[in-house]
Amino acid sequence: MGRPIVVVTGMGVVTSLGSGKKDNWDRLTAGESGIRTVSRFPIDGLKTTMAGTVDFISVDPFSSTGLTERLAHIATEEALAQAAIGARGDFPGPLFLAVAPVEVEWPQRFELGRAVGKQEFGYPELLQASGGGRFADFHHRFLFGSIAGNLAETYGTKGSPISLSTACASGATAIQLGVEAIRRGETEAALCVATDASVNPEAMVRFSLLSALSTQNDPPQAASKPFSKNRDGFVMAEGAGTLVLESYDAAVARGAKILGIVAGCGELTDSFHRTRSAPDGKPAIGCVLKTLADAGMAPEQIDHINAHGTSTPENDKMEYLATNAVFGEHTSKIPVTSNKSAVGHTISAAGAVEAIFSLLTLEHQRIPPTLNYENPDPAIPFDVVGNKARDARVTAVMSNSFGFGGQNASLILTREPA
Amino acid sequence: MSQAKEVWITGIGIVSSLGEGLDAHWDALNAGRINVDETRFAPYIVHPLAPVSFDAQIPKKGDQRQMEAWQRIGVYAAGLALDSAGVKGNQEILSRMDMIVAAGGGERDIAVDLAILNAAAKGNLAPGFLNEKLMNDLRPTLFLAQLSNLLAGNIAIVHGVCGTSRTFMGEEAASIDAARIALARIASGQSDIALVGAGHNGERQDLLILYEFGDFNLKGKYAPLWSRDTSHGGFALGSAGAFLVLESREHAQARGAKPYAKLSRVVTDLAPRKQPGAVAKSLEAMWPKLGLSSDTGYLISGATGVEPVTSEEKAFLQKHPGYAVRSTGTIFGHTLETQFPLGLALAALSISRGALFPPNDPTGFEVEKAGAPNQIVVEGAGHWQGEGLALVEAVK
Repeated sequence: MGRPIVVVTGMGVVTSLGSGKKDNWDRLTAGESGIRTVSRFPIDGLKTTMAGTVDFISVDPFSSTGLTERLAHIATEEALAQAAIGARGDFPGPLFLAVAPVEVEWPQRFELGRAVGKQEFGYPELLQASGGGRFADFHHRFLFGSIAGNLAETYGTKGSPISLSTACASGATAIQLGVEAIRRGETEAALCVATDASVNPEAMVRFSLLSALSTQNDPPQAASKPFSKNRDGFVMAEGAGTLVLESYDAAVARGAKILGIVAGCGELTDSFHRTRSAPDGKPAIGCVLKTLADAGMAPEQIDHINAHGTSTPENDKMEYLATNAVFGEHTSKIPVTSNKSAVGHTISAAGAVEAIFSLLTLEHQRIPPTLNYENPDPAIPFDVVGNKARDARVTAVMSNSFGFGGQNASLILTREPA
Repeated sequence: MSQAKEVWITGIGIVSSLGEGLDAHWDALNAGRINVDETRFAPYIVHPLAPVSFDAQIPKKGDQRQMEAWQRIGVYAAGLALDSAGVKGNQEILSRMDMIVAAGGGERDIAVDLAILNAAAKGNLAPGFLNEKLMNDLRPTLFLAQLSNLLAGNIAIVHGVCGTSRTFMGEEAASIDAARIALARIASGQSDIALVGAGHNGERQDLLILYEFGDFNLKGKYAPLWSRDTSHGGFALGSAGAFLVLESREHAQARGAKPYAKLSRVVTDLAPRKQPGAVAKSLEAMWPKLGLSSDTGYLISGATGVEPVTSEEKAFLQKHPGYAVRSTGTIFGHTLETQFPLGLALAALSISRGALFPPNDPTGFEVEKAGAPNQIVVEGAGHWQGEGLALVEAVK
């Protein structure tokens, strides 16, 4: 094709299962769940009370945005240590960051309210209390570009860092932007980071009000059950994933270990509805076909699907229909799994976290299980890798992300050619 | 790499405090009109959206109800751009049109927030108070009107732009990068046609608070941008939407589309602002990358009015005295993500009309410059981070 081949030379991951590739892979393949009852804030009055929170890391003062940035640092440090690229604080390429939208959060809003010093007040009083530099830190913290700016400064990425959101597909989009930049020949390396730590009261309420979350709170680890008949929504979760992408030639030239290849990426927008996918799966079908075409591969060459698999009634069904439309008879021969059954839905981070799990699947030739697969939905006759990890010959993984706002993105990840 | 493709601007959509569409803006710019409101949010100043009938671009009331003002403004401007490019309703093209939107987020429910804060001020709240208030009082679909990527989502739903959809965030820099990536993708053959832009509602108390945290708001009396200083500085938020249709020359010619101008370069940077003078240095370092043909010309600045950034931009501009400068901040206020595409839109409009609009500056920094511009530079430096330059040229 005459374009650079894009390879992965460094990966880092943190989820509710733990910090780092080893911890995550061990627990993921052992069938452990990171979903637990939320303890970070009171859960009284909430319909959904569990999530895949990252509780073993804290930031002070606490904010979701602060934790989001911290998780990104942890994943990025691990990825850079593995890639051993550039010098410390001098990464030789741009930053693409998938991140949740940022806004002022409740602890800070309460702090501002207290600063007014009255029992009855309106916005003018809040505004009056805001200025004078007392809350200058809130400005920097709650700008959309703040996390990317701080990461760019720390790791010395080149040029203007891009923060992006394509909802649940954000992580895949960050990788795609990196792939495209390398293919255009603009850079030989890209740092693709995806991070999300937005389990806070208002975020949970927002998804609850859209009836998107599972309400099967007890036991929490049984709530996320993709492809099961009794699935009832997704489980919010936190995490981060970082991938160092390089052109194959550049990686070989510096003797870097190649962890896998991003063989193809594709995206296609769904204009059906703000939160629902087109029930006929047409946009998802188009997305998968574009990705296969981008990789120059036939459907039969895909031997594993790392599904979006949110555990919502609609997504999982649509995902089967779309997959079956593209893969036909081959569908039943493809083992499918959803990492969200174990770590929950890391939303903005999911596309990158799951790309990393897909690459680890290629490395270990072992497919992590879909947990809570006790009651298979007969309308979804996937070969689900249920409950127990499965050893399998895996050469090409398709990782799908289908999200809110009609955002669909897919990746094909392969091993280094022999 | 194959030869880079020429990228034409074939569609422009603008809605702002001055009105909607190209003729209204051209007339207002030439008349030196500015629409500013010093009373509604006093002492804060805003440039309010001119009255617009959203039905013209968003025919379904149900769609309008699902959006907050920032999304309606953006979807409206996107529709104008598609109309202007002659692709509105052309499903074959729209279904493969790429889209990069620069977005912030939507407005909060002010009443709900205030009720919670006032209750908290009285003390003795139950642990689940916040949860219960939010569960009971938030409108269920408000989240969709706040989510950054739902401006793009609404453009897909309302106008059918359904190729790819990417939302960049990060204030001013987000839209400079959006233009840069869209240009790079088309120039390299990764894309044929793209919709790029942003929408911003400046008439928001919650935004005033965010910027008041950093003392960035202009207060009291309106002042044109170049008259602002450390004693009376900052930005007046403005409402505006600006979108462009970009496409390869081949693609435009094949469908018989006429260009307003071409987008030749977009360069961006993240200057280390802790160092004094970093912004001026960054802009100066990017300047040669534009490949300008002359040391005289035309430039549209998106300067915010915030110090010390604006003084650094001015110092940089003063090193290029042959360039006639126009400030969008004076005329439209500060529209964050929309400021850069607005500058690109006005540059393309000026080239297509064969003149730069007149100065609007009592300090005399902006000067008259006659003649039909062949090249216009668009400059932007975020109030907090991110810098960029673009070159818009006449199509020969």
